Amino acid sequence: MRRRYLAAVPHVIWLSVFVVAPLILVVVYAFTGSGGGFTLENFENMGSYTSVFGRSLWLAFIATIICLLIGYPLSYVLSKEGPGMQRIFIMLIMLPMWINFLLRTYAWMSILENTGLINRLLASLGVFDLINRIFDTNISYIPMINTQGAVVLGMVYNYLPFMVLPIYSVIVKIDSSLIEAAHDLGAGSMTVFRRIIFPLSLPGVLSGITMVFVPAVSTFIISRLLGGGTNILLGDLIEMQFLGNAYNPHLGSAISLLMMIIIMICMFVMNRFGEGEEQAVLM
Amino acid sequence: MKKLVSLALVFALAASLLISGCAKKQEQRVVNVYNWGENIDESIFRTFEQQTGIKVNYTTYESNEQLYAVLKMGGTNYDVIIPSDYMISRLIEEDMLEKLDYKNIPNAANIDQRYRGLDFDPADEYSVPYTWGVVGIIYNTSMVDEEITSWGALFDPKYSGQILQFDNSRDAMATALFYLGYSVNTTNETELSEAYTLLEKQKPILQGYVMDQIYDKLEGGEAAIGPYYAGDAQLMMENNPDLAFVVPEEGSNWFVDAMCIPKGATNKENAELFINFMCDTDTALKNMGVTCYATPVKTAYEALDEETRNNEIIFPGDDILSRCQIYLNLPQATLSLYDQLWVKLKSEKHIYILRPQRDFSLRAFLTLMACHCRYLPLLPSQNSPRKQ
Repeated sequence: MRRRYLAAVPHVIWLSVFVVAPLILVVVYAFTGSGGGFTLENFENMGSYTSVFGRSLWLAFIATIICLLIGYPLSYVLSKEGPGMQRIFIMLIMLPMWINFLLRTYAWMSILENTGLINRLLASLGVFDLINRIFDTNISYIPMINTQGAVVLGMVYNYLPFMVLPIYSVIVKIDSSLIEAAHDLGAGSMTVFRRIIFPLSLPGVLSGITMVFVPAVSTFIISRLLGGGTNILLGDLIEMQFLGNAYNPHLGSAISLLMMIIIMICMFVMNRFGEGEEQAVLM
Repeated sequence: MKKLVSLALVFALAASLLISGCAKKQEQRVVNVYNWGENIDESIFRTFEQQTGIKVNYTTYESNEQLYAVLKMGGTNYDVIIPSDYMISRLIEEDMLEKLDYKNIPNAANIDQRYRGLDFDPADEYSVPYTWGVVGIIYNTSMVDEEITSWGALFDPKYSGQILQFDNSRDAMATALFYLGYSVNTTNETELSEAYTLLEKQKPILQGYVMDQIYDKLEGGEAAIGPYYAGDAQLMMENNPDLAFVVPEEGSNWFVDAMCIPKGATNKENAELFINFMCDTDTALKNMGVTCYATPVKTAYEALDEETRNNEIIFPGDDILSRCQIYLNLPQATLSLYDQLWVKLKSEKHIYILRPQRDFSLRAFLTLMACHCRYLPLLPSQNSPRKQ
């Protein structure tokens, strides 16, 4: 018992210094004003930011759904491949993560720009001439950068591995005897997927959703680079309070705290939903 | 649990003692310099170390506000900082700067008197100028077929989707205030809300709010017009000769970045030696070669070749400077108003795809892709992307 307690000490120190202490600081800052002293003012002023909250949650939600729609089939197909193929694919999925996040997003900027790669490619293929001729318009590019779509694209691109990897690692560990048994009992492959594979992969799906949704809600550099900074998200708002023009760490902390609570509620609801789902399927 | 917490505290304390103990043991003298990004020739650090034996620890920040946040949060130790005018006056007002000891900075005499005793530090007690310049409009002459002379170009729907704007409240508001003919240091709420309305109207025709991304956007012809600082404009124009720089007729911002020592700096004397070194003619010339920002060091200016001295972008003449204003620190109430307006501006709902014609083009494109096969035989063959 004593031994085990000692082994936990470094971890506890780490947690208390770098997780618990900052959290306490955030809470303290959120409930104090710039002059010190308890106040709820920071939360009262929050009403003006509802559109930012709404937009951030909405875009993160869309990005998560898209990640799930792409990520689930991908990991499912992947888990059916031979071990060599799997290794190559996993490496390919991980590969972009070896490059700096900022750099990857910056690259998307030059791909999506009005004079960027895609538009130049389409122009050199004569696509715009074609459109102009048919519809009698006068366009020379398709606007892609500085749109909400570009922001979602940036989120999906950057966070897709966080969806694929947990789902893949869960599916790959599903006991094949369960699937064989289901087949023996007369289930078709659709039923096997619906009744066996999908329920058993739910924990992976849930952690994938969490791992995509949470960073997507709080991202700030993606919306700045790909969204043109005209539609700020929560991350931008918080960054502005700490490092930007509107220096107000108290308001920033309050926003962070509220965001944490919202995310926690989302996660809680989803986990409950997940549990219920699993039980329902088991029953 | 209590035991754990106290244990953690003891550990943290011990660790910090250990770290500070180590630092003291080293005899190496250091100076911690905190500067704007891309704002110095880093090779001068070695020269400084050779001359004085003092090692330079160099870190950079992105904006005055970030510098302020870092200093205000505490926990850091910088000896030399290089903020801009209005931030210096704010730091002075909040008692966050040390007075300089000019005994250690004899080279301060090299500084042209024109840049001394400016409003942000009237008695020159706290700061020694490092660079200066003006804000102006940079535009691509191949995309804009008129000569731009007014801030009005930034608000002209004619250039919809081609315009960039500053991604910081002070500079962005200033573009509107100049256009409206108000002082950039105004505290009048009606004037500020008028400026805000103008920015709000500008938002739909903007391509985006940017800071250093402006380099890519303007050099690559992605955007046509954007306001930025003269030194950067010079660099961009070297990369793309189509770009032009103009200080609008309504006037503009004249900014001075100056070296200061924050309160509580542990190596104050080293910091003063460093500031002295920065005012040296050779150092100033080297720095100017990298940053393209004008140097206030008179001896360095005189040593420049005539072409650079006559460069109106780097060294704007008196006729331009006379219509420029220096930012001053604003009272707390105005600062809060700025923050509120800025957050409101940036968080407002705004539809991204603006021109109906462009929206139409997208739909047209999608329709076309869908009906590609059907239409293909009807088209003149040289226009089809893939010949069959």
